[in-house]
Amino acid sequence: MFAYYLELALRSLKRSRGLTVLMVLAVGFGVAASMTTYSVFRAVSGDPIPWKSSKLFVPQIDMWGPKGRSNNNEPPEAMDYTDAMALQRAHRAKLQSAMYQVSPSVVPAGAGKHPINVSGHAVYSEFFPMLDVPFRYGSGWGADADTQRAAVVVISHKLNEKLFGGANSVGRSISIEGKDYRVVGVLDDWNPQPRFYDVVNTGGFSSGNEDVFLPFERAIDVGMPNDGNTNCSEVPAESGFVGLQRSSCVWIAYMVELDDAAAASAYRHYLDGYAQDQQRAGRFGWAPNNRLRNLPDWLDAEHVVPSDTKVSLLVALGLLVVCLVNTAGLLLAKFLRRSSEIGVRRALGAQRSAIYAQFLTEAGIIGLAGGVLGLALTGAGVASVSWVLPKDIAALARLDVPLLLLTLLVATAATLLAGLYPTFRASRVQPAWQLKSN
Amino acid sequence: MQIGPILVALRRHKAGTTLIALQIALTLAIVCNALFIIQQRLVRVDRPSGVQETNLFVIQNDWPQKLSPQDADARMRADLQALRGLSSVQDASSSNSFPLRGSGWDNFVRMTPEQVKMTTDTAIFFSDEHTLATLGTRLIAGRNFRSEEVGSQGGTDPMHARQIIVSKGLAQLLFPHDSALGKTVYVSGDNAPSTIIGVTDTLQAHMTGLWAQAYAYNALLVPARLTGDSTFYLVRARPGQLADAMRQAKAALYAQTRMRMIPPHDGVMTFAQVRERAYDADYGMAILMGIICAVLLVITAAGIVGLTSFWVGQRRRQIGVRRALGARQRDILGYFLTENLLITLGGVLLGIVLALSMNLWLVLRLGVQPLSLTYLAAGVVLLLLLGQGAVLAPAMKASRVPPVEATRSV
Repeated sequence: MFAYYLELALRSLKRSRGLTVLMVLAVGFGVAASMTTYSVFRAVSGDPIPWKSSKLFVPQIDMWGPKGRSNNNEPPEAMDYTDAMALQRAHRAKLQSAMYQVSPSVVPAGAGKHPINVSGHAVYSEFFPMLDVPFRYGSGWGADADTQRAAVVVISHKLNEKLFGGANSVGRSISIEGKDYRVVGVLDDWNPQPRFYDVVNTGGFSSGNEDVFLPFERAIDVGMPNDGNTNCSEVPAESGFVGLQRSSCVWIAYMVELDDAAAASAYRHYLDGYAQDQQRAGRFGWAPNNRLRNLPDWLDAEHVVPSDTKVSLLVALGLLVVCLVNTAGLLLAKFLRRSSEIGVRRALGAQRSAIYAQFLTEAGIIGLAGGVLGLALTGAGVASVSWVLPKDIAALARLDVPLLLLTLLVATAATLLAGLYPTFRASRVQPAWQLKSN
Repeated sequence: MQIGPILVALRRHKAGTTLIALQIALTLAIVCNALFIIQQRLVRVDRPSGVQETNLFVIQNDWPQKLSPQDADARMRADLQALRGLSSVQDASSSNSFPLRGSGWDNFVRMTPEQVKMTTDTAIFFSDEHTLATLGTRLIAGRNFRSEEVGSQGGTDPMHARQIIVSKGLAQLLFPHDSALGKTVYVSGDNAPSTIIGVTDTLQAHMTGLWAQAYAYNALLVPARLTGDSTFYLVRARPGQLADAMRQAKAALYAQTRMRMIPPHDGVMTFAQVRERAYDADYGMAILMGIICAVLLVITAAGIVGLTSFWVGQRRRQIGVRRALGARQRDILGYFLTENLLITLGGVLLGIVLALSMNLWLVLRLGVQPLSLTYLAAGVVLLLLLGQGAVLAPAMKASRVPPVEATRSV
């Protein structure tokens, strides 16, 4: 029976070619616009570490007080040196790390080589297990290397490629800012987007590489300056990097892992206790105003998804709805034009369900054809988003199998939905009236 | 033209009429908002920077090894001298940032040392006596820095400046009622006053983000070379020699010392490239909205053509009867045009409500500006014209139905 309906549908579609083409185009364009903007939205709103994002938390402490607060009473987004070190020493979470952005120069081995500038972060040893950072060779450093301020480094495999030709370089040394560091680990491909561990400095998305990770206290010791943002509510009393460490300026990102609700609430309690201690000690002249957001909430609070992306997606979905309303109108016209044919079928004993099957098949074919056109247009759209979107974001939009399937599915389902009312009307055609009027 | 019969006929096509009206309403809502977004972005992109952009280019220079502030300053001065000595170069200066760069250094400005909340925020450009000439920005009051006033400052030290030059925008914000010249403000790190010795014509800040819309024309020039790990050289080429100057400048810098890094891809950029990069996202958004509007209008027009053609086909006999009873071709044409006008009007009324609510949602949730009513009016006119344009061909076809059609049975 389905094959028969298929044949009927194809015949009917062929009969009014213009209308068919118009409907297929409308569905194709509507779906492609939505899917292209959705691919961008999906890329920027994705969870960078879905298996444990709900266990990762970003603590914020209000070390500035009321005069440094913005309108919504939020404490600073990053941490000053004093408080970051206090949290690190207290070690109240399962895993935790303070971090700051560095941009040291690295000199490749061999005489006459020019130094290259690389980016990276100074972190604690727990950074690697906390974020499940993948290693190609070796591993992160141990907790003793943190306290001993050891000259060890973890490098990206890109930098490993550049310096050691991709060989296992664990145990070899590289020169960073004129000092030798022993390589303890080489990262595998690891470029999480958004760069969730340091949203404040990257704004979320970064096309830059992270090439080196070195022990936090080591970096402080050798005076490797902060390459990320620094925000101050007061001018540091002393100048230079040491002055920055003694100031209340914020420049350090902080992340902790807390495995369950009890741990999170205990940590929250600890933060409040810490702020109260600071208040009693006279350092804070205000009541505790801390935050402890898990990663998804933090990304949301930091507005990591650009509002342009949301507006585009909404407008494109609007376009899809218009295309569907358009298709519904045209299908209605097309189906009711065949009232007499329906009348004959019904008079010859076809049930209403048969009419449904016949006309929904026709709508489905249009949807499928629109979906196939939509696939091609979505492909073209995703390939050309770099033309209209900022590079960091456009590079993330990808065409993959789930997106292709979704395109087909949305096109077909939406067209069937659009065809529902016209089909309902077709099924209501009165056979007697149609036959008589002929 | 009698509207009564048209309404009666439309009642027979309730579903089709409703769908077209709904489509027009949605189209109006989206097109108004999209056109408004496009206009907003184009206004942003067209803002003057206050810089004479032709013949200007920017070199990013990084020092690979740690230099003492003295060494860095000496190198920067030597570099600038070399750049200014080139035959193709008119002038050059060093800076930490420049208009439209996107990121840089901004400081709060306060009117008194005790003030807690800032009066406004401003871009800080570390400058020398050549900066204004290099940018091609005029002074409208006061004087330029003198070479002996230009010092140097360490990259991570708080800014301190006794004498400053401010942009017209900043001057007007700080002193709306009288001249800013000679006044003092508090902008330095050490909480000491800074005296305004000059006011430039319009000069844009480095901030281009939507968050900094209110500070976009606040720029403050400090007489110092900032000796950090990296610096920018702003270079003005002699007219018509931009390409030569860009090539020569890079070679001249490397001739000074190889121990520097000029990023290979974007280390040397013309100001046109700087502008393009600054407004990349705005152009993109405008183009995307433009494409969506165009697709939307075409689809809606095609939908009207399709449905009206169908109605014409369905009513051939009735049209024939009317023609046989004496209706002229122009009456039939008028009938379909009026019918479309009525449907479009209905759609447009609903569309106005939808457009305003969609905009309200965007304003509340995503920080878009409130829709200007001009755009709503323009959208209404656009859709009325679109409807009439789309219905014209099927209506003409209807008007050519011969009276003899009345006598034929289907």
